[in-house]
Amino acid sequence: MKLYPVLQVQGLVNRFGSQVVHDGLDMEVRADEVFGIVGGSGAGKSVLLRTILGLQRPIAGVVRIDGGDITRMSETQLRSVKAHYGVTFQAGALYTGLTVLQNVQLPMIEHLELERPALEELALLRIRLVGLPAAAARKYPAELSGGMVKRAALARALALDPRLLFLDEPTSGLDPVSAAAFDELVLYLQKQLRLTIVMITHDLDSIFRTCNRVGVIVDGRMESDTLQRIVDHPHPWIRAYFHGERARARRGAAHGA
Amino acid sequence: MSLEVRRTDEGLELELTGEWVAQHVPAIESGVAALDLAAARQVSIATQRLTALDLSGAWALRQLLSRARAAGVAVRFRGTPPDQLRLLDEILTDTSAAGAPAASVPQAPEPLAAIGRNAVVAGRDLLHGLAFVGRASTTLLRGLVRPRRLRPISIARHVYDTGITAVPIVALIAFLISVIIAYMSARQLRGLGADIYVVDLVAIGVLRELGVLLTSIIVAGRSGSAFAAELGSMRLNEEVDALIATGVDPFEVLVLPRVLGLTIALPLLAIIADLTGLTGGALLCRYLLDMPLTQYASRVTEAISSTTFWVGLIKAPVFAVLIALAGCYHGMQVRESARELGRLVTVAVVQAIFWVILADALFAVLFMEMDI
Repeated sequence: MKLYPVLQVQGLVNRFGSQVVHDGLDMEVRADEVFGIVGGSGAGKSVLLRTILGLQRPIAGVVRIDGGDITRMSETQLRSVKAHYGVTFQAGALYTGLTVLQNVQLPMIEHLELERPALEELALLRIRLVGLPAAAARKYPAELSGGMVKRAALARALALDPRLLFLDEPTSGLDPVSAAAFDELVLYLQKQLRLTIVMITHDLDSIFRTCNRVGVIVDGRMESDTLQRIVDHPHPWIRAYFHGERARARRGAAHGA
Repeated sequence: MSLEVRRTDEGLELELTGEWVAQHVPAIESGVAALDLAAARQVSIATQRLTALDLSGAWALRQLLSRARAAGVAVRFRGTPPDQLRLLDEILTDTSAAGAPAASVPQAPEPLAAIGRNAVVAGRDLLHGLAFVGRASTTLLRGLVRPRRLRPISIARHVYDTGITAVPIVALIAFLISVIIAYMSARQLRGLGADIYVVDLVAIGVLRELGVLLTSIIVAGRSGSAFAAELGSMRLNEEVDALIATGVDPFEVLVLPRVLGLTIALPLLAIIADLTGLTGGALLCRYLLDMPLTQYASRVTEAISSTTFWVGLIKAPVFAVLIALAGCYHGMQVRESARELGRLVTVAVVQAIFWVILADALFAVLFMEMDI
């Protein structure tokens, strides 16, 4: 197996003007785990994701994906790294002018040289994989419900059979039942396809259901540990997060079950 | 190579090697297609030397299996078949096979049906357009009763955006066009010894027609497109829905201020175009025809009647309303996709220019009948 972690962030610094977002942030994601990123609003979760995806260059620090430092890569090198991970964005970010099927095909057309029939079948396979009815393939994003948009975005993220998947608030805006179903799907895919998943989320239920390890962004740094241990971390924000009213209810229910 | 083939008495022995992953699917497919299954009775497959098999690779393997089965060849795995195949079977059989998308390539419409459909669409567009104008009018009437509802601050912003920021380009173009007209006509009229009439041509041409028409076309391109794009992206963001849901009339806060703002701005721009146009003519007459500026000025006052300036200017607010309505209407029509936004912004500008020129033609006929 690989000796280095799938994703490694070291000493990351991000600043906007005088506002410090990340101040020496370290993070490590190992193969085959579901890693949750948690943090208050404005703590820099999205900036962290944008930095990891190469959408934004950090002021200092190293971001290694499969061992290669993406902050020092050229555009062409970065392109080949991008073929190895999938991303879903918070609002889905499906291309509104394309059908779901075309949305899934787009990265395949960009990166693979497939014939049309193979392209069609492989894209349909992704769409079924995420539990969308086959009829949804010909629909436009505007015709989909919120939950279906999330699933379609996931199908597009899986287009190139990535080993690493980034999910930005995958369950936000979903009702608890749909959110639970989505978490089930993520776990199922993680197991079946042996994915490594990095998930930004606010949803406590989602964290308890899916994550092996959790990283909490506090004061521009990250405290990461297994889910069981991070819950008892002494930092006040983390305590408030995991021991608030909602969290207690959630944990109580979990113990009761 | 991804596939090693050995021929035995029994049939084929296949050994899958290397990485069967998405990147290599085209190569794998051509390797599989090259297999000659006809002579074989049995195919045995070994997967032990595979270093990677992802979903796309498994799909290619499944294609191979179904090809073999279709050819009546028995398939056997040496060792256990890969898990991914089971996953694929699960996905492809369990979900509603009934709901599989029929090859729903839209049929080419018959020409007659297409004409009918376009006519219906055009009729509906016309109705929607009329309804839009109607709602804008009733909103205006309601606003006239309670002037605070006309949103003076918003109107002022649109006067600035569509008017004041357009002054340089409008002035420049009016200046250049009247220089061109004066220059072209001077060359023709000089041969007849009638170069004094250059002044008439520029003065009447600019004041009656060109000043306001050019201004309107520039504004249609600048502000008509801006209106359509602004409202269109607000629709895409559900901002318009949010307004309606909070009980705010989008006609009152979005459409009417734009229409009124442009109705104020466009006549002012037309006056500026008239002024710079006349200046352009004056400079050309001074330096090309050696006509003193005083003579130019007195010739201009002789050439034009008391109505000439007003005949041009009165068209400006009408054009402004047409441009603003075309922009706002098409902006509000945007639904669903970014591509539609681009299409409707284009339509807004083209229609605005069309309506302006059509209205100009009607004005010309009207003024002719009125003998002014």
